[in-house]
Amino acid sequence: MNKNLRAIAVPLIAIAILLAFWEWLVWFNGWPKFKMAAPSDLIPAYQRHWNLFISMGWQTLWRTVLGLLLAVLFGTVLGMIMGFSRTMRDALYPILVGFNAIPKATVVPIVALMFVGQHDFNTVLLAFMISFFPIAVSVSIGLSTLEPEYRDILRSLGASQATIFWKIALPKTLPEFFGALKVAVTLAFIGTNLMEIVSPHGRGLGALFDSGRTNSDFPLMFAVLLALAFLGIVLYYIVVALEKIFAGWAERAPG
Amino acid sequence: MTNLIEIKGVRHAYRTDAGPLPVLDGLEIAVPEGGFVAVVGPSGCGKSTLTRLIAGLMKPDHGEVWLHGERVKGPRATVGMAFQNPVLLEWRTILKNVLLPLEIVPSKLSKKQAEERARFLLSLVGLEGFEDKRPSELSGGMRQRASLCRALIHQPEVLILDEPFGALDAFTREDLWQTMHKVKEREPFTGVLITHDLRESIFLADQVVVLSGRPARTQHVLDIPSTGPRTLDDLYTPEAAEHLNILRHQIQIAQGRAAAEDSAT
Repeated sequence: MNKNLRAIAVPLIAIAILLAFWEWLVWFNGWPKFKMAAPSDLIPAYQRHWNLFISMGWQTLWRTVLGLLLAVLFGTVLGMIMGFSRTMRDALYPILVGFNAIPKATVVPIVALMFVGQHDFNTVLLAFMISFFPIAVSVSIGLSTLEPEYRDILRSLGASQATIFWKIALPKTLPEFFGALKVAVTLAFIGTNLMEIVSPHGRGLGALFDSGRTNSDFPLMFAVLLALAFLGIVLYYIVVALEKIFAGWAERAPG
Repeated sequence: MTNLIEIKGVRHAYRTDAGPLPVLDGLEIAVPEGGFVAVVGPSGCGKSTLTRLIAGLMKPDHGEVWLHGERVKGPRATVGMAFQNPVLLEWRTILKNVLLPLEIVPSKLSKKQAEERARFLLSLVGLEGFEDKRPSELSGGMRQRASLCRALIHQPEVLILDEPFGALDAFTREDLWQTMHKVKEREPFTGVLITHDLRESIFLADQVVVLSGRPARTQHVLDIPSTGPRTLDDLYTPEAAEHLNILRHQIQIAQGRAAAEDSAT
């Protein structure tokens, strides 16, 4: 009980200290709102636009999660192909690295032109494109670094490749997979918001941010950033919880 | 055919970028049912290739491998393997790890009987009470014991041990040697042990095969009488000293051949 309380209290206190420091910094420097809004300025922004935050936040959230799920599916399949076949790995790796190196902000206008008006699709697509790379890489590394003895144990009994994959390769890759998923979660948010901000279409938290910018409502812009951070934290800890359930065995006992 | 394992005139080469690399050249080994053969030789002489041939994980270029009067053409469920790396699945408990082969090999045992058998094997190697622990909670020697139980759970005819005690400290290793004798008494098997340790070979095996340097052929076969070392004290008798002397001498010859070849190229 004490341990659980600690696990919740410590990060909450840290966040409170950070907010207090932020408030103090703005007050101490006497910064006007258009330079930097203080946390106390954000409360009215949330009160005024609460309904918008809920509806826009939901749009950002579901499009991010959908993009992420697609990235998990595609990344896992791609990682399997590269993990099992040396030739495919040699062939696909440079292409993947090149694709990943392209700044996704430059992809936004192209995608927006390619699929004019299909805003949901475009946004999900961008969230997907930006987040599948770490998953594909981690799955392929997990599979290709499987010690041969693991295979031999089952192969010597006459097990099929599929059995070896389900019983050994897949579970053994899970810790790496979840490590990559934690990175991919935050990346997917970046993808969603890039689309929402760079190609405005009046949906998602990015649109709310954009309207804050056009109306010079600086507290609103900061309030959106904070809301995005909050959603990011929630999704991240959902992944952590899933990791505990499916790959908890990989965690070393303390001490 | 009286021998359970028969290896006749096996030659094998690995294909490398620099051309074929012969590893085995004229290998002859015969192990009677219930026998325990130890294979020693200079490092890199193809000992592990031998285990993969017996397990049916690969086919030799030339020659034949026979198991129980049948030519080995692929993997068969009548083989159990344990390696230097215990390769336990970290996400399974020790008991579930031991039961793994029964999920692949068809078995007459019911689920309950299988679990009972696993618990019996674990108690035989001294792992009673660790059934529900995870591999990461066990020491290296304990993991190797569990790995041994997994290799035996499906009652294999042949137990292949590829340097299973190589990474353990000397005291743990000697403990495990004694455990091996205990296990063989209760769970008879025909064994092939790959090892670097000459004392280990005469302690456990009734026949020691010395391989020459690469490419390996059968250089010498030493029979250890059944009255051979079966307790640690037996390792310090004049007979044991004599056996060790012969083997050390043979290894030197084997290494000499390898060294001569190295300087020639």
